[in-house]
Amino acid sequence: MKKKNTFSYARFGYFFSLPFLLAFLIFSLYPTLYTAIIGFTDLKGIGNTTIHFLSDPFANYKAILSSPTFHTAFGNTLKLWICNFIPQLALALVLAAWFTDNRFKIPGEGAFKVLFYMPNIITAATVAILFYSLFGYPMGPVNDLLIRFGFLKEPYNFLVKKDIAQDIVIFIQTWMWYGYTMIILISGILGISPEIYEAAEVDGANGWQKFWFVTIPNIKTILLFTLVTSLIGGLNMFDIPRLFLMGGPDSATLTVGVFIYNQAFSGGYLYNRAAATSMIMFVIIVAVSALLFYVLRDRDEAELRRIEKQQIKAQRKKMKEAKNG
Amino acid sequence: MGKSQTLKKTIIFILCVFLAILSLMPFVIMIVNSTRSTTEIQQHAVSFIPSKYFSSNLKILLGKSFNPAVGFLNSLIVSVGATVLATYFSTMTAYALVVYEWKLKNAFFSFIMAIMMIPAQITMIGFYQMVYKIHMTNHLSMLILPAIASPSMVFFMRQYMKPALSLEIVQSARIDGAKEFFIFNQIALPIMKPAIATQAIFSFVSSWNNLFTPLILLTDQKKYTLPIMISLLRGDIYKTEYGSIYMGLTLTALPLIVVYLLLSKYIIAGVALGSVKG
Repeated sequence: MKKKNTFSYARFGYFFSLPFLLAFLIFSLYPTLYTAIIGFTDLKGIGNTTIHFLSDPFANYKAILSSPTFHTAFGNTLKLWICNFIPQLALALVLAAWFTDNRFKIPGEGAFKVLFYMPNIITAATVAILFYSLFGYPMGPVNDLLIRFGFLKEPYNFLVKKDIAQDIVIFIQTWMWYGYTMIILISGILGISPEIYEAAEVDGANGWQKFWFVTIPNIKTILLFTLVTSLIGGLNMFDIPRLFLMGGPDSATLTVGVFIYNQAFSGGYLYNRAAATSMIMFVIIVAVSALLFYVLRDRDEAELRRIEKQQIKAQRKKMKEAKNG
Repeated sequence: MGKSQTLKKTIIFILCVFLAILSLMPFVIMIVNSTRSTTEIQQHAVSFIPSKYFSSNLKILLGKSFNPAVGFLNSLIVSVGATVLATYFSTMTAYALVVYEWKLKNAFFSFIMAIMMIPAQITMIGFYQMVYKIHMTNHLSMLILPAIASPSMVFFMRQYMKPALSLEIVQSARIDGAKEFFIFNQIALPIMKPAIATQAIFSFVSSWNNLFTPLILLTDQKKYTLPIMISLLRGDIYKTEYGSIYMGLTLTALPLIVVYLLLSKYIIAGVALGSVKG
């Protein structure tokens, strides 16, 4: 009987995580290392897979970091992300605060949630081309509406203006993501203990004070999670800028994702340069996600330590009891 | 108090209606215009009355290398394959992390959390070169197999499994003589059903909507997935065929909208759940 208890199940732990590990090694780790290596080589041209290291290993990195197109792409990426994240978060926060306020219930709340989230589920490629058609010139739906309601006298060609093109991409991103952020924030706010709100009410806090001093501090982790996931997604923005205006007009909607794609797969076949660009972004993303990792890990570990302490206490108690008995 | 509260409620409601219209409007215009002729669209691009050019738009659309049936089928193969592999193996990995005590367990879990956020897109150059080297560029399996390692899903499954699966059940199954693999398949998987359903929806949607990876790996038209098909609509061959472009967009978006509206309750709950656990 005792022998059966000491039978080690540990090997099954390794056995059950083996498929994950193998797939990770082949499809994630190897490509990552391979990308890093290609960044130091002269790999370019279609169908070419033989690689030679450059005499100056950082030549590709230097070329990319001093490339004006990369600067434009990086600047655009940051601008498009920041300008969509701020209104997206503000709108999501306000809606989440309203939808969780138990002093008044908004009729049709469930339906609104469903509709606000809907754009997020539609293929980004479809959305990009749909907006390209909506802003069509001379007779796209947006022009049609603006003329019919008297805002414009004649059709306006929105898509050749750099600022407007960027604004539309920002609008699409906000439109696609505020519903998602809202739902996440709602679930965060619902997780806050109602007692804290009651205590604040007893102290005479008004709605705005409750939002600012109770709600916001209590969803800090979720806000950070939203920020980091959105930033990582934003740094990789590809589908919308690529299909909406192909990075144009005049590189106004060229993001780093589109830049990498253009370098490697449309025309140039500069795999080495694209790999170097990828690795620059990789380092940034790893740094950003490390931040989130540490915040989450601290919380998890603190919890773990508490549980462990309790277990040790319980064990000691048991031993004491055994001794006494 | 009461009056200002009602006023506030009204303002909020109006804003919500405005946002709802904003969510719906582009798709309504898209669907209606898919039934209108290019001439009608050029005269008035916005209309809420469907016309009768549905079939002629469809004919023009299908006449020009746009084959939604092929794209649909390929997307279905990739999305179903990736979803089945991702959910099954993520649950299995989570099982290893929850049920067994092994030396590297905590290190492995920390590792999963560390790589969770890194998007596959960023190492695509190496992935493409690897796939190219082994001559697998036009194989859909290259879009499916990587799903076996889905770190964020493992994380979610572990968080869900910890309170849901009691180790006593596992223990008593062992005493009954059940093998470990059998216990996982017959006891753990059924308990995990709600989590698997949630994750399956999101895995399916993200795989279905993925443009970047297929765009790079697939060059054979017969292997195109739906998002690549959609990207063809942006090409010169449809430049003046407005009706057909809207038709193509509708064919790709409408099924998603219908499925979404049918499953919206679960999807919204799933988004909320993911955030609490994540």
